[in-house]
Amino acid sequence: MGAQLRVYKRRIRSVTATKKITKAMEMIAASRVVKAQRKVAASTPYAQELTRAVTAVGTGSNTKHPLTTEAENPSRAAVLLLTSDRGLAGAFNSNSIKAAEQLTERLEREGKQVDTYIVGRRGVAHYNFRERKITESFTGFTDEPTYADAKQVAAPLIEAIEKTNGDGGVDELHIVYTEFVSMMTQTAIDSRLLPLRLDEVSERSQKKDEILPLYDFEPSAEDVLDALLPRYVESRIYNALLQSAASKHAATRRAMKSATDNAGELINTLSRLANAARQAEITQEISEIVGGASALADATAGSDK
Amino acid sequence: MAAELHVELVAADRQVWSGEATLVVARTTSGDIGVMPGHQPLLGVLESGPVTIRTSDGGTVIAAVHGGFISFADDKLSLLAEIAELSDEIDVQRAERALERAKAEADALAERRAEVRLRAVNAH
Repeated sequence: MGAQLRVYKRRIRSVTATKKITKAMEMIAASRVVKAQRKVAASTPYAQELTRAVTAVGTGSNTKHPLTTEAENPSRAAVLLLTSDRGLAGAFNSNSIKAAEQLTERLEREGKQVDTYIVGRRGVAHYNFRERKITESFTGFTDEPTYADAKQVAAPLIEAIEKTNGDGGVDELHIVYTEFVSMMTQTAIDSRLLPLRLDEVSERSQKKDEILPLYDFEPSAEDVLDALLPRYVESRIYNALLQSAASKHAATRRAMKSATDNAGELINTLSRLANAARQAEITQEISEIVGGASALADATAGSDK
Repeated sequence: MAAELHVELVAADRQVWSGEATLVVARTTSGDIGVMPGHQPLLGVLESGPVTIRTSDGGTVIAAVHGGFISFADDKLSLLAEIAELSDEIDVQRAERALERAKAEADALAERRAEVRLRAVNAH
């Protein structure tokens, strides 16, 4: 076998092995998307009922609560950025990081100091490399987040918002995550979690124009709101984590699909080149033999004379 | 006045139980509360404790609920809990082990959780 042909064969072998890996990753990601979507759906009843309850307390009572009132001069804001632990997901992480950077810039233009909280190793690595300050980070559960993980993420944020500004408390809480629109579309979005805008909350609850009844609060409206709002934040963060996970798997699936397609194309091109090389080799051998034979014939014909 | 109310018992990550009932007894921070059809709209904070649901076909469903809320309006009652388990889902041996461990480690919260679980099973 010629040197040229051997090189092509070797490259085809290695690309085929890579293709097998990307194909497997694509299939794993596809099954995980379905699982993650199911989890999002399972968490919806809780989120819906909680939203209804928050709207009921917010509109049905005149209670003032630090989590629903806007500060007069907001000077600090917390941004929670959700990324993934692992890459190989196309532009998934860079999109959400970009969205977080835009939000941070906007908040800083408004004169607020920004504290960054990050979920996922990719985001942490990005910020560490640029030597930016991370207030707190959480890693290790982005593929399959549980409610306990959401609680763990929410705890320092709720603590920060309940503290006064002087002790390092924050006035606002924003969250940046990737919304799972469909298998093909995932968009990085930012939204303000706190202080709560009740009109926005009621828009989210399913039935519009629904008149909420006058509730009797047990033990009191303040206590109910006190207990309700942290749960509401946790449930929103849980939902965002789940959507992020579903989006990440969908992005991985897409990235791995195009990698597999590319590998297939590459194998086609390489085998054409290998065929051409083999053919050239054969042609050369034939012309060598023919040339040799005729030279020999010429030589014997000469000696006969 | 309707004779039954619709109950949804939901945990953070799943729907635990839903159906029609005639009476629901739950423990709020200010004491046990029983809700029957036609009750005035109510929104309360739950303590961890067993919740008893008397279904309209005469059966009883008992669940261990750890914190959360009860909300009732228009004969629809929702019980929201971070963790909720039906009594027949609870693994008694595991709960007993958890209780012992919690007692040994003096973990009041875990002890309470395990106790509530066992009580929910025994009440059945």
